Amino acid sequence: MTVLEIQRYLPESDQAPRWQRYEVEGEPAWSLIDALGYIKDHVDPTLAWRASCRMGMCGSCGVLVDGVPRLGCEVFLRDLPDRPARIAPLAHLPVERDLMVDTEGYLRRLRAVEPWLQPSDADPVGPVGERLQTPAQQAKYLETAQCIGCMLCYAACPQVAVNEPFLGPAALAAAHRYLSDSRDHGHARRGSVQGLQGVWGCTLVGTCSEACPKGVDPAAAIQREKVRGALSFVPSLFVRGEDD
Amino acid sequence: MREIVTVHAEVLVIGGGGAGLRAAIAAAESGARVALLSKVYPMRSHTVAAEGGAAGVAQPEDDLEAHFRDTVAGGDWLCDQSAVSYFVAHATAELTWLEHHGCPWSREPDGRVAVRKFGGMKRARTWFAADKSGFHILQTLFHTALALPSIDRFDEFFCTGLLVHDGVCHGVMALRISTGEPYLFLAPSVVLATGGAGRVYRFNTNGSIVTGDGLAMAWRAGLPLRDMEFVQVHPTALPGSGVLITEACRGEGGILLNAEGRRYLQDYGLGPETPPGQPRNKTMELGPRDRLSQAFWHEQRAGRTVPSPRGDAVHLDLRHLGAERLAERLPLICSLSEKHVGIHPKDAPIPVRPAVHYTMGGVPTSVDTSTAISGLYAAGECASVGLHGANRLGSNSLAELLVFGRAAGERAAARARAGAPPPPGSALGHAREHLCAIQALRAKKGTVRLAELRDAMGSIMDECFGIYRLGPDMERGLSRLVELRESWSDLELRDASERFNTELIAALELSCALDVALAIGASAAARKESRGSHQRLDAFSVRDDERFLAHSLVDYAESGVPAIRYGPVEITSYPPEERVYGGEAQVGDS
Ligand SMILES: Cc1cc2nc3c(=O)[nH]c(=O)nc-3n(C[C@H](O)[C@H](O)[C@H](O)COP(=O)(O)OP(=O)(O)OC[C@H]3O[C@@H](n4cnc5c(N)ncnc54)[C@H](O)[C@@H]3O)c2cc1C
Ligand code: SF4
Repeated sequence: MTVLEIQRYLPESDQAPRWQRYEVEGEPAWSLIDALGYIKDHVDPTLAWRASCRMGMCGSCGVLVDGVPRLGCEVFLRDLPDRPARIAPLAHLPVERDLMVDTEGYLRRLRAVEPWLQPSDADPVGPVGERLQTPAQQAKYLETAQCIGCMLCYAACPQVAVNEPFLGPAALAAAHRYLSDSRDHGHARRGSVQGLQGVWGCTLVGTCSEACPKGVDPAAAIQREKVRGALSFVPSLFVRGEDD
Repeated sequence: MREIVTVHAEVLVIGGGGAGLRAAIAAAESGARVALLSKVYPMRSHTVAAEGGAAGVAQPEDDLEAHFRDTVAGGDWLCDQSAVSYFVAHATAELTWLEHHGCPWSREPDGRVAVRKFGGMKRARTWFAADKSGFHILQTLFHTALALPSIDRFDEFFCTGLLVHDGVCHGVMALRISTGEPYLFLAPSVVLATGGAGRVYRFNTNGSIVTGDGLAMAWRAGLPLRDMEFVQVHPTALPGSGVLITEACRGEGGILLNAEGRRYLQDYGLGPETPPGQPRNKTMELGPRDRLSQAFWHEQRAGRTVPSPRGDAVHLDLRHLGAERLAERLPLICSLSEKHVGIHPKDAPIPVRPAVHYTMGGVPTSVDTSTAISGLYAAGECASVGLHGANRLGSNSLAELLVFGRAAGERAAARARAGAPPPPGSALGHAREHLCAIQALRAKKGTVRLAELRDAMGSIMDECFGIYRLGPDMERGLSRLVELRESWSDLELRDASERFNTELIAALELSCALDVALAIGASAAARKESRGSHQRLDAFSVRDDERFLAHSLVDYAESGVPAIRYGPVEITSYPPEERVYGGEAQVGDS
């Protein structure tokens, strides 16, 4: 049997979050999401969380497991300690109910970096009209393109907690993703990325990259944008060297 | 009751998956003001889980006719051939369009887009982004939509019904999940893009949100559902969780072995055996999904499957691909396999078994995505445009989302431009009653537990409407489904809250799933032949073109077993033949 202590918050009746203890008759191969489902089905139908794909792709199910940001579908009961594990909503984000946190703030920050390709018609195209891009060119942004928007990095980042306008790891990684794409010409978006709300708000703790379940490495993306920003003060030759 | 919030739009899109986003973008680019409703944030939609890729002719040695013929034969001739022609003619342009918006399709060394082999396809024509194709497609669409100010998103709004009056759709009723407020969305054009219904079964590859809501809403609004008996069972999912192990594993050269280590597919008309790592189109592991799932069933009966802690399995062996290719082409599979079953495919074979995957049937539409209700369009997995027939070929549906999503968006915008009459007062009264009834469900008294009803439905579907079907089992299943559907009204709900009342949402989803389950059951029991994914082991084990080369249409019934009609299948240039795979499929091939 697994014991979970889950942080509860019902906005209509609770003044403040509280802890509630649940016992789960589960199998070792169950994920934390399976366990939450068991609780809802058999013990307490008011428990609320977000989840869908159960394969680490939809980004819905981020929670804190003993204080560590994790995807609920990637935590298995067999991996939990013998003592009761504490399950809480992601840190640094407003709690809406139980394990659900506000997603709007992240999406507002994401939108601010204009995360869409801003192409040029002059680029060479291949046989079916696709813009040519070699695997080496693709490798420059492929890692950052893996972001599923789970917000675990926001829960891990100390700056998000203290610097409200800070765009945060995932949004800045998205900016880096497009700025590093050989097909992109949207250099104007750099305005939002440089500055204290952007990459210069990062104090280099690297906890975001540790938390990321998809290997996005937002910390490295931010460092590269700092370098790119610094280089843009020197003659354009260098900038081109960075961009190719 | 709480005040109803009314929102006006020109085009209303229900669903933020691949089909819905593509429709919203097309409508916005045609100049319409779009309201995009989704019960989850768009990037959480189940398109995100698609792994293998999207089909579109891209190589000089391939052509549209070949894609057309593979699709029609794959669908066991139940496809509407003009829909297939339209689809193959537009797929490549749509995949290129996505590339222009940033989709990181995997590339050849010289920078061209790469394509991979897929089951049932004679040539390599599946575009892919490693094994996260759906994710990258959805991401690209979502990011593109963020750039368009004329798309207003209504994320986490749960649509509860279509507002249809005298054969015209005027909008939808919905619930704002975060506050519980009732909403009325009014628009001259509505695009339904709510996805499939895999969750009516217990063992499936679908996310928990895939509950067939849109199918049920269209059905209740008076449209028949078409070809619902055709449910695709994917041959390779992880035992226990049902997490999908993509067909691309086999496209890249993976092989399937039974407990004796034998490439058993050769015993099911799919041979001759191909050398490991050298897959041949339409042969062995690249046969169509229905045949592969059926082969598993026989192996299991014969005691030649491998027992695993969470159910019988066969082995998918990828070891010969080598660590490097696995990392490049199948990184998600490696991590899923390691996390869920503790096996890295470079070291040992992955245990896999069939799981329900895809609903071929849906809301009947014309090639231009319009339905029999004016102002209502449908696209994506919830639609039955006639593309997939009795069995969908892998990688055709991601391309379908784009081709028909776009068509729906453009058609919807054109209708909105032309102007449509406002809803009559009586329709608004009906909407109010509908929303009132939903508000009254919170913490309703009853005797039936939601989880028990949901699991009972799933088990009946697994038992009676799975890979193989038998007349008496289906009849038994059908009467059970009728009872279960009735017992929904006796549900006990215990959460009285307004904000994020996920119990209420689950109850509404379950009522949709129960309707869809019944539609599947009734359609399956009535089809007295075997075709594509609908295979019977009783007196009707062969295809019967004389009587059943026809689309089934199931009509809505408040209670009891719904009635089935049949409609014509459109055959333009490729008359029915026998479906052949394996060696025979290669005859006459260069
Ligand atoms: C694991 C897996 C792998 C797959 N791999 C492939 C592949 O490699 N190639 C391929 O071609 N196909 C693949 N498929 C099939 C393909 O992914 C799906 O058919 C397709 O993604 C469905 O897209 P859609 O836009 O129709 O629906 P979805 O992506 O499911 O989106 C449905 C949308 O509707 C919304 N919605 C539903 N109900 C409501 C409601 N009541 N109110 C408001 N909103 C609602 C949801 O919020 C969601 O936004 C795969 C499927 C699965 C399950
Ligand atoms: S960068 Fe990583 S942790 Fe942050 S949102 Fe993206 S996937 Fe999640």
